Amino acid sequence: MKTRFPYAYLWLVYAFLYIPILVVIIFSFNNARFSTDWHGFTLKWYELLFKNQPLIDAAYNSLKVAVCSASLATVMGSLAALCIHRYKFAGKKILHGCIYMLTISPDIVMGIALLIFFVSINIELGFTTLLIAHVTLAMPFVTLTILARLAAFNENLIEAARDLGASEVKSFLYVLLPLTAPAVAAGWLLSFTLSLDDVLISFFVTGPSFEILPLKIYSMVRLGVKPDINALSAIMFSLTLIIVILAQLLASPKKKYRQKD
Amino acid sequence: MRENNGFRKFSISSVWLWIGVFALVPNLALFLVSFLDRGEVDYFIPAFTLDNYLRLLDPAFVNIFLKSMYLAGVSTLSCLLIGYPFAYLMAGAGKRIRPWLMLLVVIPFWTNSLIRTYALVIILKNQGLINKLMLSLGLAEGSFSLMYNDIAVFVGLTYTLLPFMILPLYASIEKLDRRLLDAAQDLGASPLRSFWHVTLPLTLPGIVAGCILVFLPALGTFYIPEILGGAKVMLLGSFIKNQFLVARDWPLGASASMIMTGILIFMALVYRLVNRQADGSAQAGQNAGAA
Repeated sequence: MKTRFPYAYLWLVYAFLYIPILVVIIFSFNNARFSTDWHGFTLKWYELLFKNQPLIDAAYNSLKVAVCSASLATVMGSLAALCIHRYKFAGKKILHGCIYMLTISPDIVMGIALLIFFVSINIELGFTTLLIAHVTLAMPFVTLTILARLAAFNENLIEAARDLGASEVKSFLYVLLPLTAPAVAAGWLLSFTLSLDDVLISFFVTGPSFEILPLKIYSMVRLGVKPDINALSAIMFSLTLIIVILAQLLASPKKKYRQKD
Repeated sequence: MRENNGFRKFSISSVWLWIGVFALVPNLALFLVSFLDRGEVDYFIPAFTLDNYLRLLDPAFVNIFLKSMYLAGVSTLSCLLIGYPFAYLMAGAGKRIRPWLMLLVVIPFWTNSLIRTYALVIILKNQGLINKLMLSLGLAEGSFSLMYNDIAVFVGLTYTLLPFMILPLYASIEKLDRRLLDAAQDLGASPLRSFWHVTLPLTLPGIVAGCILVFLPALGTFYIPEILGGAKVMLLGSFIKNQFLVARDWPLGASASMIMTGILIFMALVYRLVNRQADGSAQAGQNAGAA
């Protein structure tokens, strides 16, 4: 009995975290427009979503930005992790500090800072500005994910490759990259999620000509509860669920390449 | 040491270029705009002024500021009070169950906060789930809404930001050398005393990191108070958003956002300080144990 009690507390908090989401998912199948009573199972709210052309267009735009920004953020984030882990250079500590600060910097501040920047240099707000903003948002998370994995690796592997005559590029491509590939993939997935879910930054840096899904949801949610938003939320949650589980599986270091203690 | 080849130069300069152009320059621009005048046509004109900061002393803004600090503060505190025992129990759970417990926190961490806020609406709204539940239990009559007040905003902030508190807390509690607690107990310290003198100081970095990750978004995430609090609860994030999109007073919005940047810098410095102290005392404890 004594050991059961603490677990009860854990499950209570989990219930707090998950019940609202589960309620949304359950009601997305409810055959009633307004009521919170159960009126039978239906898929009509999902059908309604797929017939909503502006929403489909926004979803397509979001996916486009998410794929492009995740890919670019992964490249930049990996390079940053490599620089911090492997090279000595002037301002390295400052760079590392900047990357940390970016992860804790409030989204709204990043959003308005980028808005001022884009307006000052006269870029039209739309795909390009969203892409730049999302790369800047996601890149530090990629870097930290990869650095965490690199910290567990045996440094001698790279030294060995260098001693055997591999160039810097080759030792990166054939030793470091394969060893960190799972963390790099996890970084891509997390960047993808960040981009697909971001409301605060996108709100400021996209224009009326380029609509994206999270902002569509924002304008729908402000009008109140509707069953098709339940369905859309359920889809978005399931997508996050799959991506996060994949990323977790990839990011946890395997014992094989671990540095000996 | 190593040859200074092209690849090294390429990677360092491209990373610096990106961070410099798309993170440092925009933040610098934001800082500058907070000292500029508002233009008739342009959003800001190059004329230096301190007016934007003076306008923050307006009682209407001071009220928004105090209310934001209050709501963000109590939400952060409640996340800490719920999250600390949670993270502690999680870190003490069996090795095989721990990754699963962790995954269950990471999922809401990455789930869109907007969707999680919306999920609360279904529960709190008029004829919502709590309303229905109380009716069926005979605890209430008629329909009532639990939304559009400070408590709804507080619940919303705690609910959406709790995972952001738990993860850094867990990271620092997991690192804790539990032998130090055994040592404290052997030396006759009560559980409360060893918590206060050993556990708490050593996990302080996690506490500060969690508070940063909760307090700042609590100030800035404008959709949470907008959806749950309605027009009645205006917080700092909504104020900044309105300056940029409704009032078109960018310099005022920029100066208001400097409050958040100031808090960020302050909290980051506190984090550095407690991190060093915790490292130092953990080291000292381990050395004493080895001796």
